[in-house]
Amino acid sequence: MNHMNIKLETLGISPIVTQLIRLADDHLILGHRLSEWCGHAPMLEEDLAMPNIALDLIGQARALYTYAGEIENEGRDEDAIAYNRIEREYTNLLMCERTNGDFAHTMLRQLFFSLFMQKYWHASMSSTDDTISAIAGKAVKESEYHIRHSAEWVIRLGDGTDESASRTVTALEQLTPYVSEFFEIDAVTQDNASKAILPDPASFESDWLLDINKILSQANVTLGDYRCGHTGGRSGRHTEAMGYLLTELQFIQRSYPNLQW
Amino acid sequence: MNSEPIHWQRPIQRAKPETVVGLGQIPERAQQSSQQQAWNIAASVLDPEVPAVTVGDLGILRAVEIDNTGTVIAKLTPTYSGCPAVLAIENLVKEALESAGYSVRIERVLSPAWTTDWITEQGLSKLKAYGIAPPEKSNHSKRALFTSPVVACPVCDSNDTTLISEFGSTACKAHYQCRACSEPFDYFKCL
Repeated sequence: MNHMNIKLETLGISPIVTQLIRLADDHLILGHRLSEWCGHAPMLEEDLAMPNIALDLIGQARALYTYAGEIENEGRDEDAIAYNRIEREYTNLLMCERTNGDFAHTMLRQLFFSLFMQKYWHASMSSTDDTISAIAGKAVKESEYHIRHSAEWVIRLGDGTDESASRTVTALEQLTPYVSEFFEIDAVTQDNASKAILPDPASFESDWLLDINKILSQANVTLGDYRCGHTGGRSGRHTEAMGYLLTELQFIQRSYPNLQW
Repeated sequence: MNSEPIHWQRPIQRAKPETVVGLGQIPERAQQSSQQQAWNIAASVLDPEVPAVTVGDLGILRAVEIDNTGTVIAKLTPTYSGCPAVLAIENLVKEALESAGYSVRIERVLSPAWTTDWITEQGLSKLKAYGIAPPEKSNHSKRALFTSPVVACPVCDSNDTTLISEFGSTACKAHYQCRACSEPFDYFKCL
């Protein structure tokens, strides 16, 4: 693979817009999934927590879509990018689109993602692009709160009753094959990393692994070999769950195109 | 049921202007620069979610400038990325300035990121008087798992309080209860 020799711009691909939209898609799609818990959480406090985290994620997505649209300069605003694409044009991580499963599954997924994003935002704070470092400086603090919340739950559940522990083990088995996609690199990430615009996710994989293992050991579970997992999200190849998700997410814009609040 | 039409935007609520008389200061409007006046108007707009404090108290009004065409540029920063009040606050500031006769442009600034450390001393005491425990000074980054800050009850000042929910009625608050006086209260999260 000789990614660096490909001139992305000559293929009509802007590396910065591409990576910003990937990141925004992660946040929009996971934010949407979390919002599905609203009214269904196991307790009132979680009914507040998950939509609150969803709000943070969707707020971060909005900033990223808006900035991607500005750079692209083709008249697409945040809503146009968020709502008016077909499935193959969404480039989120497959883990983000997975159905919520039970509470253990949702919390473990959140922990994996929030810890990944905390490293991602932290690295992005020193971006050569001022807008990206500004968005990152704000989002990094929010992701730290999300890590705290989800890590506490993962530990409580993993180190809890037989029932909660077995559900945590099941969640870990189900989610492990989706971890390797976090750290994929391609011509887009390499181009942005070489200009210090956005980080190469592979650069903080060992940090992520160190931190996740610390938390999982307190939860009495072990992350097995996660390499050779599922892939495709970054190029728009999704799981079955994605179509159903978009049906709901895009319902208003598909039914009433260009409807405004 | 109230048959009044529901307006999503409340009328502008503005705190009473405070007369600040310091050493050598002349408390006359005429002496104030136009920029200072515009600042005062913008800064006195109340937060629609926490109407005890103004945008000035919260530290989310970052700057008020007047460009060479006379347009007032008010720079605001959001508290949380997903705070649903961001747009409402921007509109309220715009309206307040426009109703004072200015032409206005609002700019949203993200950097440097807002921190609860920017809430003024006055803002902190207003929050407490309103029944919201004010944030501690931030060391946001590395709080250990399963620990909570010591939060004093805004009613009886006891430190014997317990975290009920890490997420509260708005993005910026957590929910606590006082063990001493049983009062449930919001804590303005430290960010």
